[in-house]
Amino acid sequence: MLFGIAWDTSSGWAFAVSILPILLIGMWVTIQATVLGFFIALVVGLVWAALKAAPLKIISWPAAVVTEFLRDTPLLIQLFFLYYVLPEFGITLPAFMTGALALGLQYSAYTSEVYRAGIEAVAKGQHEAARALNLSGGRTFSHIILPQAIPRIVPAMGNYLVSIMKDVPLLSVVTVLEMLNVARIIGDRTFNYLVPLSLVGALYLIMTLVASAGVRLLDNWLPKQGIPLK
Amino acid sequence: MDWTQYLNPLMLGAWVTIELTIYSTVFGAILAFAAGIGKLAHNPLIKAISIGYIEIFRGTSLLVQLFWLYFALPVAGQAIGIDLRLPPVAAGVLALSLNIGAYGAEVVRGAIQSVSKEQYEAARALNFTPRQALWRVALPQAIPEMMPPFGNLAIQNLKDTALVSLISLSDLAFRAEQLRNFTQDSTTIYTLALLMYFGLALVLTAMMKLLERFVGRWRAGAR
Repeated sequence: MLFGIAWDTSSGWAFAVSILPILLIGMWVTIQATVLGFFIALVVGLVWAALKAAPLKIISWPAAVVTEFLRDTPLLIQLFFLYYVLPEFGITLPAFMTGALALGLQYSAYTSEVYRAGIEAVAKGQHEAARALNLSGGRTFSHIILPQAIPRIVPAMGNYLVSIMKDVPLLSVVTVLEMLNVARIIGDRTFNYLVPLSLVGALYLIMTLVASAGVRLLDNWLPKQGIPLK
Repeated sequence: MDWTQYLNPLMLGAWVTIELTIYSTVFGAILAFAAGIGKLAHNPLIKAISIGYIEIFRGTSLLVQLFWLYFALPVAGQAIGIDLRLPPVAAGVLALSLNIGAYGAEVVRGAIQSVSKEQYEAARALNFTPRQALWRVALPQAIPEMMPPFGNLAIQNLKDTALVSLISLSDLAFRAEQLRNFTQDSTTIYTLALLMYFGLALVLTAMMKLLERFVGRWRAGAR
């Protein structure tokens, strides 16, 4: 029994059906961690992108080194680092928050590149035309560059959303009760790992297929020339 | 405890990480070529197997795959009367290669498809069999195109090896966790582990760049 739901081990199918609601509770935690991690990655990535684009080398260089470091080191170690080291500096976060923060930080390195590439892909002529029309730097960015960069940025971000979803099971090592952890607990108590772990695999397949389809729909729906922000 | 005393056990773990990365990158590359070429095959069975493999391993989480191979496969084997208990090394290398191979397969497929139609037509005009056209015309031109994404996948693979510590393989991540349990000095140990992974990633990037330059001469028009 887990979360107050009992399982029925009389047969394989009955077992699968009885543990499905328990796994769905875990899936809800997985989705929450994905969304929170993705949100952190979007915000922090934007900060990195802005810092890396800074004209002063003393700002852009450290930002480039930090994002390279975040990108090239394993999420698992980053997670352990945050989980065990932050409390030593007096910052105690719940395991779920630490996990979402680790996901967000690792993927912020990737999203910062997406922002940069999306903005750089806007043709040079657009900058020149905005200048010829005497638009200020701020207005050029918010009214000319950003609207055209968004359709390029969104699909790549969607792919990282799916990647984050697939990395959430790592959070089980810091005791977050997401789907894989729930399945393992069921396996530990019933000595049957096959059914819960296969179910988790199938549920993951459904989640990633739905998410990828959603990203594709969004990509098709977005006007390719850009989104007017007014 | 002085931080230099952590270096020896961490180095032992780093060596296991390096071995795992090499094995799974090599097996993963083989799988990537097999499934990538298989996805473009005309034989519907080969095509279906390749697509199924790619979709399943790209669509689920690596940790789920690793746990399935390590915990669930023996149960499945028991049900049909075969001993499918894998030692941790085998389960780890298998999960890592299957996972990275599925990502690599899409790279291989994309690169082969990016070879222009005229090349195939020319090969045909010269009376090449389809197999010769693939091995002697398409692949030599496609491989240089695959190298930059392969470099990224190799780094991803290196980072993913940390997961095998969860099935008790004593790699760098496992040694770091062990030392932390023993000394409680988390800040020093995890900083060292992160720096070592970063160093390994830089070396791996440099090696992939060298390989990229080596296969660059197969590019069309290069001498």
